[in-house]
Amino acid sequence: MTGLNALLRTTPGQTIGPYLGQGLPFTGDNQLVPHGTTGAICLHGVVYDGNGAPIEDALVEIWQAAPDGTVAQAAGSLDRDGWTFTGWGRAACDRTGEYSFTTVLPGATEDGKPPFFAVVVFARGLLDKLFTRIYLPGHPANTADPLLCSLDEAQRATLVATEDAVGHLRFDIYLQGDRETVFLRHG
Amino acid sequence: MTVTPVPVLSGWEAETLTQADIVAEIAALASHDAVEGAPQTRTNYPPYRSSILRHPTKELRYADPETIELWSPCFSERDVHPLEADLTLGAHHGWNSQVTGQPIGERITVSGRVLDGDGRPVVGQLVEVWQANAAGRYVHKNEQHDAPIDPNFAGIGRCITGSDGSYWFQTIKPGPYPWGNHRNAWRPAHIHFSFFGREFTQRLITQMYFPGDPLFALDPIYHSISDLQDRNALVAAYDHELSVPEHSLGFRWDVVLSGPNRTWMEEA
Ligand SMILES: [Fe+2]
Repeated sequence: MTGLNALLRTTPGQTIGPYLGQGLPFTGDNQLVPHGTTGAICLHGVVYDGNGAPIEDALVEIWQAAPDGTVAQAAGSLDRDGWTFTGWGRAACDRTGEYSFTTVLPGATEDGKPPFFAVVVFARGLLDKLFTRIYLPGHPANTADPLLCSLDEAQRATLVATEDAVGHLRFDIYLQGDRETVFLRHG
Repeated sequence: MTVTPVPVLSGWEAETLTQADIVAEIAALASHDAVEGAPQTRTNYPPYRSSILRHPTKELRYADPETIELWSPCFSERDVHPLEADLTLGAHHGWNSQVTGQPIGERITVSGRVLDGDGRPVVGQLVEVWQANAAGRYVHKNEQHDAPIDPNFAGIGRCITGSDGSYWFQTIKPGPYPWGNHRNAWRPAHIHFSFFGREFTQRLITQMYFPGDPLFALDPIYHSISDLQDRNALVAAYDHELSVPEHSLGFRWDVVLSGPNRTWMEEA
């Protein structure tokens, strides 16, 4: 999709293919904060195809604000020092289709707006990237969010994580089907 | 003659489905190509069998980008060693750093600029590549093509774009490889590229092809892009200025990311 005022035509996307594991994962890619950090949570889920089968060759990336709502502009995601919060992470799915991140909850970037994780999904068989958002369960500002408010209840549920007993967040991604995740375009 | 085992991506059908069947499907879909406002890449593209269960069936929902989506993660020289742009060195982070031999194949330089839709250079951002070796084989646990592994070639590289948005890789030309979409299916030679822009919404993963590949007409992944102009945008140009005497052939490939959505200010 080209921007409204864009002069140049956007280079189109192509599938990540089956060999993403050769080029993209790196040590610490899914640890936005070290294990054991105060306030650290596990954000995890499974990516499913239209038959409800887990996709083992999918890649999920997240980009988020810090807990205080600031947007990190620090380098170091590929060479994590354990102190610098870069706000970005990458997780290749395992053989059960599961991805997971160790991170902290994002804060609201503006008063009255709900915090969320910005997400991009790639997979073999998926010819172009898909954007979505992971909203936090029960956040009071969710009820005023323009995107969430524009959706019916079932669609809205696809964008809100669920919390388990130990505070881990679960967010499954359905590329198709009754529970198909709401995917976004921004241009 | 033994049959080479390739990844079976679409079950029994891959045994009986011919290249002619796929070409006919591509032709049938091409008749209503280039619909105004349609996505450049069709995610629902049945000639690529694996897309059938892996494309969204509902329209993408428009959402005004929020603050976090208007910014991008930062990368710098801290993240990437300059030698990671040379895939012919053999050594890479954690991969066979004892290797000192040269990979086999046609040595090439691939370089170009990363721009946004307004033509501004995307400065200081991460570019990642991965590719097959000269024989068409990846270094990956799922790889089943029995072409030789090259012990001197990992096929992964990274770099950070310069102040003019430029990137540069030294590598070897990847070979075409067989895959399981249909009987006797071969991918045109390509390098996988990953780009970050100034905004999260500009994220791009795509494939760069080489000029004049006879497999273009046969490849459903290449044809999932409706418009010929867009397909051509994925094909690098031979550039003699980039060729290095007695050393390597040069290919130029420029990339345009979507947007921008955010008002752009001169970076100090
Ligand atoms: Fe490939």
